[in-house]
Amino acid sequence: MRTVFKTSYDADINLFRHPQQMGWYLALIMLALALPFLLSVFALGEATNVLIWAIACMGLMILVGQTGQASLGHAAFLAIGCYANVLLQQRLGLPFLLSFPLAGLIAGVAGALIAMPMTKLHGIYLAIGTIAITILTEDFIVIATPLTNGVIGLMAPPIDIFGFEIDRYRTPWLLYYLILAVTLLVVLAYRNLQRSPLGRSFAAIRDSEISAQAMGVNVARTKAVAFGISTGITGLAGALMGHYAGIFNNETFNLIISIQLLLAIVIGGLGSIHGAFFGAAVVAMLPQAIAIGRDVLGRFIGGGSIAIPGMETAIFGLLLILFILFEPMGIYGRWVKIRTYFELFPFYRKDMFRRQKAYLKTERMR
Amino acid sequence: MSLLEIDNVTLRFGGVTAVSQVSFNVEEGEVFALVGPNGAGKSTLFNLISRIYDPAEGDIRFDGRTILDRKPHEMARLGIARTFQNIELFDHATVAQNLLVGRHRHRKSRMWTELLFTPFVRAQERHHREAIEKVIDFLDLQAYRDKYIAGLPYGVRKVVEMGRALAIEPRLLLLDEPASGLSVEETQDVAFWVEDIKKQMGITVLMVEHDMHLVASVSDRVLALADGKMLAMGTPHEVQNHPKVIEAYIGVADEHEKVLA
Repeated sequence: MRTVFKTSYDADINLFRHPQQMGWYLALIMLALALPFLLSVFALGEATNVLIWAIACMGLMILVGQTGQASLGHAAFLAIGCYANVLLQQRLGLPFLLSFPLAGLIAGVAGALIAMPMTKLHGIYLAIGTIAITILTEDFIVIATPLTNGVIGLMAPPIDIFGFEIDRYRTPWLLYYLILAVTLLVVLAYRNLQRSPLGRSFAAIRDSEISAQAMGVNVARTKAVAFGISTGITGLAGALMGHYAGIFNNETFNLIISIQLLLAIVIGGLGSIHGAFFGAAVVAMLPQAIAIGRDVLGRFIGGGSIAIPGMETAIFGLLLILFILFEPMGIYGRWVKIRTYFELFPFYRKDMFRRQKAYLKTERMR
Repeated sequence: MSLLEIDNVTLRFGGVTAVSQVSFNVEEGEVFALVGPNGAGKSTLFNLISRIYDPAEGDIRFDGRTILDRKPHEMARLGIARTFQNIELFDHATVAQNLLVGRHRHRKSRMWTELLFTPFVRAQERHHREAIEKVIDFLDLQAYRDKYIAGLPYGVRKVVEMGRALAIEPRLLLLDEPASGLSVEETQDVAFWVEDIKKQMGITVLMVEHDMHLVASVSDRVLALADGKMLAMGTPHEVQNHPKVIEAYIGVADEHEKVLA
């Protein structure tokens, strides 16, 4: 195990705990940069999809993992980001470089406004309340047909940055690099949030609202800010999803997407950036994995490809149940345990990560 | 002028009068203790000062100004810090992070600068860490700085909670049963710390405590409450020997018992 000798306050503030750690993450970025040269066009498309989901998951993670507020409404903010981005380009003729951040801003402001009444609710009630946002947004897209083209849907134009045309089919590597850049920026913003007062006040609200308030945190306002940042990042992911999918309508961003997002961050591991990436990888690649598995199985049995309706949802559900039962800390939690096992070898104990039960809480004034 | 003035405060929950016409002043630089049996209204008084409850009657003034028009989260900015009877720490954060939340009152950066982590935010972070390091040294928490609260023993959590309140750099510190559940040695530590908080840091302390030894050794004045009413106020010795206080704690002898005696 590595012991870091801290000789300045910066050791706690810096992005990386020690140079080796920075080295590992630089290597990971190098690998990400080299992917277009290593993967087929199809696999690169899948990697792009994983990154888009990772951005969306980081958005939701800030709210659920960091601030402790449940939301099943995030599909709505994917939709708001997606529609805002394309409409700003088509109706106002804005370039992507302007419409994209504006789409994030619009989704963020919408989220913060909706949060003001919504965050008076807690736990399961908040989750139910936010379901309404998803369902209403779906209907609103149909009602606002003159603007959104309703059930027929909209086409996302190719992205144009200073004359470079970025299109999923003609220039998949450029789309990948663009989304990689956005992903890295979001990761950086998330890390900055974690090490600054605002991120700590999010965590304070997650663990005890009453004492966060006693520390001088304006709980209602901070929750609205958390919603705003979270939905803003989700909006960015939505805008990218629109360009990735090419065409979208009212049904693209339905309740299932909201549930999958929440599922992804639980499976990945609540409260960590790693968890958002692991979860995104599972959710974005599982449909393909199932399809491939079905083909292989079909060939094995000799009956051609077999289609079982509802298979994907069932496997998602099964995964969630298994994780909650056996690894509530998600894939990232498992990874930490495995790493600790090797770091401390042979001194790892089975109960090392078992926490004592929380002590009695003051009656919460809610 | 007193630092904290509780002026004829009454609070009712439906038909129950939790606090009834209580008045007292806490002077700057003193340690003031509230004692009384369970349900006397001590914690309710704390929650009134923290603005969690609104009094039905009366006024609460801090530094000469009413606080009844303030919101609960503004108390920290005014300089009133508190701990909770049943520890309310941030369990999934380290000791250092818990103390840093206590510095929230001193936050000067805005959301956008924090997302970009500008040099100003970094300078502010350094300053906050320097401040909590002083608290860590004061309370001997060095060994636990980077440990998660969820894994800490009860006694340490109590101390961390006091540290978090000190990180606010308050003028008035409300301690809700700082020694409950602590061992004899740990209670002695608390007594020394309360002395030092008063003398070295110049912070006024208002505390609720059942341990009469601790109360007698650190407090300048004591107020005894029972059933939401004031029983007696004065030095620890005076209050301990006040007939009404003895009656509330032990009860009075019946007539036939007196005859037997």
